[in-house]
Amino acid sequence: MSDTETLFIQHFNEEARPLSYYLKNMAGYTGLKKALGMSQEDIINEVKKANVRGRGGAGFPAGVKWGFIPKQSAKPKYMVCNADESEPGTFKDRDLMRYTPHLLLEGIAIGSYAIGANAAYIYIRGEYVREAKLLEAAINEAYQAGYLGKNILGSGFSLDITVHRGAGAYICGEETALLNSLEGKRGEPRVKPPFPAIAGAFGGPTIVNNVETLAGVPFIINNGGDWYAKLGKLEKSGGTRLFGISGHVKRPGIYELPSGSITIRELIYDYGHGILGDKKLKAVIPGGSSAPVLTADEIDVIADVDPIMKIGSMFGSAGMIVVSEDYCVVKLLARISKFYAHESCGQCTPCREGCRWMEEVIERIEHGHGHEQDLNLLLSIADNINAKTLCALGDAAAGPVMSFVKKFRADFEAHIRSGKCPNA
Amino acid sequence: MSNKVLSEKFYAAMKRLEPRYPTKLALLLPSLHAAQDEIGWLPPEALNEIGEYIGIHPAQVREVASFYTMYNLKPVGKYHLKICTNASCTLRGAEELVHHCENKFGIKVGETTADKRFTLYEEECLGACGTAPAMMLNNDYHENLDIQKLDKLLDGLE
Repeated sequence: MSDTETLFIQHFNEEARPLSYYLKNMAGYTGLKKALGMSQEDIINEVKKANVRGRGGAGFPAGVKWGFIPKQSAKPKYMVCNADESEPGTFKDRDLMRYTPHLLLEGIAIGSYAIGANAAYIYIRGEYVREAKLLEAAINEAYQAGYLGKNILGSGFSLDITVHRGAGAYICGEETALLNSLEGKRGEPRVKPPFPAIAGAFGGPTIVNNVETLAGVPFIINNGGDWYAKLGKLEKSGGTRLFGISGHVKRPGIYELPSGSITIRELIYDYGHGILGDKKLKAVIPGGSSAPVLTADEIDVIADVDPIMKIGSMFGSAGMIVVSEDYCVVKLLARISKFYAHESCGQCTPCREGCRWMEEVIERIEHGHGHEQDLNLLLSIADNINAKTLCALGDAAAGPVMSFVKKFRADFEAHIRSGKCPNA
Repeated sequence: MSNKVLSEKFYAAMKRLEPRYPTKLALLLPSLHAAQDEIGWLPPEALNEIGEYIGIHPAQVREVASFYTMYNLKPVGKYHLKICTNASCTLRGAEELVHHCENKFGIKVGETTADKRFTLYEEECLGACGTAPAMMLNNDYHENLDIQKLDKLLDGLE
């Protein structure tokens, strides 16, 4: 791994936070300066060439997204940074915001210029009180130094960045729910189309990008899209990745590696240092709790968007939850399903009713009161939610249920047959 | 409304934020946060006053405020504990922390002690999975917790 180049993680410490450090040791707004001398089209082309797969969970190419913004618009355009980071198992954006806030601000500024927005918002989850304050302090520094505000670096381009705090709602990580929340409404997802690039925040064309996606932009502008693309080891996935490993590993945390360069097994055993107590691996949820579960013999897969999709799961936000052999997977699924039932916004009937119902059925199985027919019932409820709701929360709730029941059916049956949790 | 519950400081902060948004309604979440920071929770009078400030019906304020879990629509204790019990934290022992607090304070999740010092909540994912189990005590994160660390923290509170 000696040829590994990392962009972020070497700066994940308190000393990296001030503007003075950023100017001396990192991009230091040179990417913004360069971008302000480029045409908007050229910037978007570089980001397209970079093959940045969106780091929030959907993996959509960021450059392609930027390209959807109409050139002419009667309404103002907006850049929105999605810092809601609420997918269980995901905790990378917090480090980017608290340690390298200026990198994010520079990325937002370049993106705003590229799409023609003069206002940008960082929608940060409400619980990140400290990170919101750190971002505000960094924004103040950037205004004072002339990197934000009116006529930035004499270019004629003006930009205001505002930190907007959420208030505890998982659904607000979904981009249209986020926009409603930003507008002062309940965080309920919108009907698409129109997509945000056409009618987003306050009705104007809007780009919503994840923190990590935007933090990579200064590197793309400074070193070129081709350079960034080549950091990745897969053709369609450029740059590096911040992998999160949590659960039953010896060394949980964030690890940065080139996109597509590593398998889940290597992440768990070489970086996470293996399972606590040297036990065996039971299961891995590869990309945040919404991702269908993988069994111990499915982990020799490259940890990236396309390879994991190929085996029927998703890489989502690259937050891996690792489960040891002695933990009850039924109990784990019960907890995950409780979460989705709690977070369903209630707009779509299949999700609102189905999530609650799945939670109840899994609870009763875990407590030994399940019936023979419950497993098929669960699969049927999940199937009636999956792809039948406005947003992806329905799929996110159905995917774990379907995959856990399918891959660990024997564990569920043991609960039903013995009338108790065998691990309890 | 004659008796305002929100301070001059609140209105000054909102005034500064106004130019940042194209609509006044966008100030609803920031104003709910600011009001709660002042009062500790959101009493009906505060919700009404926010509605008046934004220019919307009080029912619309409640409709939005009740959607988000962080807005306290009933009073909470001086110390508000929110222990994450989502997947990664539960895998690392969060449930024991919750039970420990229930026993220590003699309350259940969602309740406040009679002396109004402690409120105990279970929280959904706090985004601190790599340092699980994690909890919030008022606005601050506490991570890599175990019962000893938790006790030390709680016993050291005023």
